Amino acid sequence: MVSATSLTSGFGIWDPILWVLAIIIGLVIAWILWSSGFSTYKKGTEQARPYLSGNAEPPKGEVHIRAGNLYWGFTEGLKGYYQRIVPLHTGIMTDYLLWMFWVAGILLIIVMVV
Amino acid sequence: MIPGYITTNAPALLIAVPLLGAFLSPLIGKISRDARALWVLAVMTLTALIGYFVAFLVYTEGTLLYVFGATNATLAVPPDSGGIPIRIIFTLDAMSALMVTIAVTVGFAVILYSLTSDARRSGLEAYYTIFLLMIGAILGMVSTGDLFNFFVFLEISSLASAGLVAYKVEKGRAVEAGLKYLLVSTIGGIFFLFAIGILYGQYNALNMAMLADMIQWTPLDKLALVLVVAALAAKCGAVPMHFWTPDAYSMAPSAVTAMLVVASQASLYGLFRICFTLYGITLNYVTIGWVIIILGILSMIIGVTMAIPQKDIKRLMAYHAVSQTGYMLLGVGVGLAVLGDQALLNSYGMTAMEGGIFHIFNHAMYKGLLFLTAGAIIYQVGTSDLNRMGGLGHRMKWTMIFFIIGALAIAGIPPFNGFASKFLIYESVFAFSPLLSIIAMVVSILTLASFVKVFHSVFMGPPLPGNEQVREAPRTMLIGMTILAAIVIISGIFPEFFVQNLITPAAHALTDQAGYISAVLGGA
Repeated sequence: MVSATSLTSGFGIWDPILWVLAIIIGLVIAWILWSSGFSTYKKGTEQARPYLSGNAEPPKGEVHIRAGNLYWGFTEGLKGYYQRIVPLHTGIMTDYLLWMFWVAGILLIIVMVV
Repeated sequence: MIPGYITTNAPALLIAVPLLGAFLSPLIGKISRDARALWVLAVMTLTALIGYFVAFLVYTEGTLLYVFGATNATLAVPPDSGGIPIRIIFTLDAMSALMVTIAVTVGFAVILYSLTSDARRSGLEAYYTIFLLMIGAILGMVSTGDLFNFFVFLEISSLASAGLVAYKVEKGRAVEAGLKYLLVSTIGGIFFLFAIGILYGQYNALNMAMLADMIQWTPLDKLALVLVVAALAAKCGAVPMHFWTPDAYSMAPSAVTAMLVVASQASLYGLFRICFTLYGITLNYVTIGWVIIILGILSMIIGVTMAIPQKDIKRLMAYHAVSQTGYMLLGVGVGLAVLGDQALLNSYGMTAMEGGIFHIFNHAMYKGLLFLTAGAIIYQVGTSDLNRMGGLGHRMKWTMIFFIIGALAIAGIPPFNGFASKFLIYESVFAFSPLLSIIAMVVSILTLASFVKVFHSVFMGPPLPGNEQVREAPRTMLIGMTILAAIVIISGIFPEFFVQNLITPAAHALTDQAGYISAVLGGA
């Protein structure tokens, strides 16, 4: 069904209003489920402490997984790619300009030949 | 009612107001800091109002001409000029109007934000002067119908942007970033100037409509186009000429970075304007279209993969800006690749262009918002190092909400605006080449993954030691972010309104070369 809010691509239709309605219904269902649970949480008691298999809780600063530790598997998996692409970002100004000249040169050949 | 002389001269005022405001800013600053802040805000508000008015005129009445120095504002070709439009002419069609709308909207939100975010810095008299100059230059770039005029505004924009990138002189890194930006911009400017010289030497004209009417795709025209594409692709941060982007975006004050995104988009506008309006179907549109598509695909892939391992929040976002520019190049590039085939253009080419152009609008809003949230975080935490952040969601709830909105939008998650433009790009580009569309979708997934990392690193977890004193960002900064966040949501929930009223006319303006020429030259 195409409504006034539908975005048509010529191949498909996107209606964000339906999506928003679906989100709202989902949130209402979630809220109903949540509110039907037992309210036994007591802040500041033993309940609020994380359970770490019986081990003592480390200092707060140590339990947070920092940005540098995220997605190491991704970068490790693509090590071959990153080993080639990162060194290209030299930070050297003359390299920046060299890339511009390379692109202009290659473009010139393409445009003149094709 | 608006006085007649204002409505008649609105295109000139669009440039004159920020320029006048810029040069008077240091003088007003002599009175007091508050007076200067009020002055800058008033100038930007007035510029925005004029910008919206000009855009309204264009969308309701069609292409708007303004001829500097003529008794009649529409007298483009003087009777005694031999048929050559010798005066400086602003030619505002729907594409220009869209860019004006973007520039004044982001400009207003950013200035409002900047009044607090940069209030504790020194040298503000220069800062606001350069900032308003930059906004005036961007508006000039997207309004002018004259190639040399475009070059002049491009240079003003480059100089002002470089000055602002280098504004935080601490430790010299910002100055280095400003110098890099300046050097790339200068070489790009020289490329552009050579291209103008080549075209002027052949056709004896600088007006884009006049040149479009005469251009023939000679070897010299090809050389001029190559120089223009290289210069403007570098200025908009397309891979492999993107290296300046993370340096400049990360070192500039965050409000400036949000505006640098718009400055880059003004260069992108110039690239599209020259390819479509100046050269049109005289160029080898399949080849040039594919060149732009390949630049777009490279930008998307290398931008997002370089973003993922970054540990500096603004450097990470800068690489995403490169990646998102790729979507715009991809969408509009597909439109260019089928420009000469009316059936394919109608089938998917126009939709691809609409997707690319809509992404320009959306990107300016959500990327501006993301840089402003990054600025708010840095303002409160005092570092841009993601490894030294954590647990800020407890104390910066509004900033976190704005970040979520911006992050979901850039990742193309419904119902935010990034999805709407990517939806148009995915579907239309799929008809052109399924592989390109799949790459675009994969890049979106990686973008989401990257912003999940930022969200976790900055906002999740327990408040870290040393961040106990962190508070929510000041109110004016939040208002600036609210404006952009509201647009991200509204344009995501009502995309068809934006597409029908702003984007489709802009796409048609780009492809309607004959309309542009006749608007300027008329029956001359």
